[in-house]
Amino acid sequence: MSKNLLKLILEGEQLSTEQMASILATTPEEIEKQMAALREQKILLGWRPVLNPSFEEDQRVRAVIELRVSPDVSGGFDRIADRVSQFDQVESCYLMSGGYDLLVIVNADNLYKVANFVHNRLARIDGVLSTSTHFMLRAYKESGFAISQPEHPDRPAVSQ
Amino acid sequence: MDASRFLADHIVSLPKSGIRDFFAIVSQMKDAVSLGIGEPDFVTPFHIRDAAIMALERGHTSYTDNRGLIQLRREISKYVAENFAAEYDPETEIMTTVGVSEAMDGIMRAILNPGDKVIYHEPCYVSYAPSIKLCHAEAIPVETTAEDKFAINIDALRAAWQPGTKAVVLNFPTNPTGGTASKELLEAIAKFAIEKDLLVISDEIYSELTFEGVHTSIVSIPGMRERTIFLHGFSKAFAMTGFRVGYACGPAPIIDGLLKVHQYGILCAPIVSQEAAIEALKNGKPAMLEMREKYRERRDFIVRRFNELGLTCHSPRGSFYAFPNITRSGMSSMDFAKGLLQAERVAIVPGTAFGKCGEGFCRASFSTSYANIDEACRRIERYLKSLKV
Repeated sequence: MSKNLLKLILEGEQLSTEQMASILATTPEEIEKQMAALREQKILLGWRPVLNPSFEEDQRVRAVIELRVSPDVSGGFDRIADRVSQFDQVESCYLMSGGYDLLVIVNADNLYKVANFVHNRLARIDGVLSTSTHFMLRAYKESGFAISQPEHPDRPAVSQ
Repeated sequence: MDASRFLADHIVSLPKSGIRDFFAIVSQMKDAVSLGIGEPDFVTPFHIRDAAIMALERGHTSYTDNRGLIQLRREISKYVAENFAAEYDPETEIMTTVGVSEAMDGIMRAILNPGDKVIYHEPCYVSYAPSIKLCHAEAIPVETTAEDKFAINIDALRAAWQPGTKAVVLNFPTNPTGGTASKELLEAIAKFAIEKDLLVISDEIYSELTFEGVHTSIVSIPGMRERTIFLHGFSKAFAMTGFRVGYACGPAPIIDGLLKVHQYGILCAPIVSQEAAIEALKNGKPAMLEMREKYRERRDFIVRRFNELGLTCHSPRGSFYAFPNITRSGMSSMDFAKGLLQAERVAIVPGTAFGKCGEGFCRASFSTSYANIDEACRRIERYLKSLKV
């Protein structure tokens, strides 16, 4: 059941609990219960609308920061990654293969706040060897939604 | 001055598609929830669109061979052999057309003399009978029923035969009913066709959208390859309706006949679309399977909802159409569909648009979002309550 629910959620349609219950042939109460279980198991972490970054209020700045770090003897990369993830500015944090170790996506009010965050916070964490910051200039696709493409032209509402 | 006097008699007597009348009403209502769409709601997978873009970038803007690009015909030959158990020579037995509709029209014009008869099963796609009548031939419908899950009844088919019958048109899975044909039924039809020396024209455009079991083509039944024209295309399986590419496979002399009609009337399918079609056949299967799974899930939902509403609906084994029985409303299909549209802004297509025996049914496409299906069903429920039935 929760597998079907997850599949339905991931399709990306904005459905109410009642609609999901109707589609999955169950009750809204059962849907709520399954959702709670998914949250409890930390499979479903939360809900967030996907906004076009160009229209976000006060034109916030997003940056991708590559961090090279020295793994901790006891906690490996986890201790530093967990610490980096605690900052509110950090949207996402991933351990990567390749030329650097952590990929950090940061969202801040302006360029200087990102610079300050990198300079005063990230770079000063014990074990961080280097940082490389890239500012995002323009979004073309956000969480699976293409931004610049026009809507589908008029499709006939009834056809053969 | 009335210019209609210049029209040919058989054109004047040919009715326009019932769907067109309905479309005219729906198109005025921007807020309608439509289950009337007869095409995939998916955009063509990008790798296929990209092939079309590449074709343009490379300056592929010319005519092609009347039969279509040989690379495409080779891919079609391979695809049909792998999926329909029939082998065709790409040089002489395959013709690329502008959709299956052109292939159907061209085949009729290639084989029919005035007065010939052609059997087809109803409810069916809107073009079959007109294509036959445009050749001054006679279209003989065989009714199919919900009891048979809209598969053809072999006894009814045999009873429909008359002297002068030249061909039988099959369309499984069927638009609008979702009916399919079992291998046993196809064998019985094949036996009948051989016995009466009939050509079978098999439109299998929805074959990939078979949800349970494997689709069997009549062309794979022994003795049928030499008397079957296999029609297929890219619109439904690969969500390529706007590309307008289809194809016909069959014995060389008949494909040669089709070539004459095609070369004088059409010349060739657009080259860009043909190149996109090559990409679809080479690499389109994963996306096609994903779309099929989504149709299957939506089918299960809409069929369950219709049955809950008392609109008895069989579960279509193929296509993306549900065909619920609306007789509990006490209304004709057309009145029900028009009433629903006016009262609740939900567009479904009256079954009679697909033949007289579609009376009592409506076609509801589940090639749309869950939210649309859910909303449409809630509105239909409200409409039925307002009718106090």
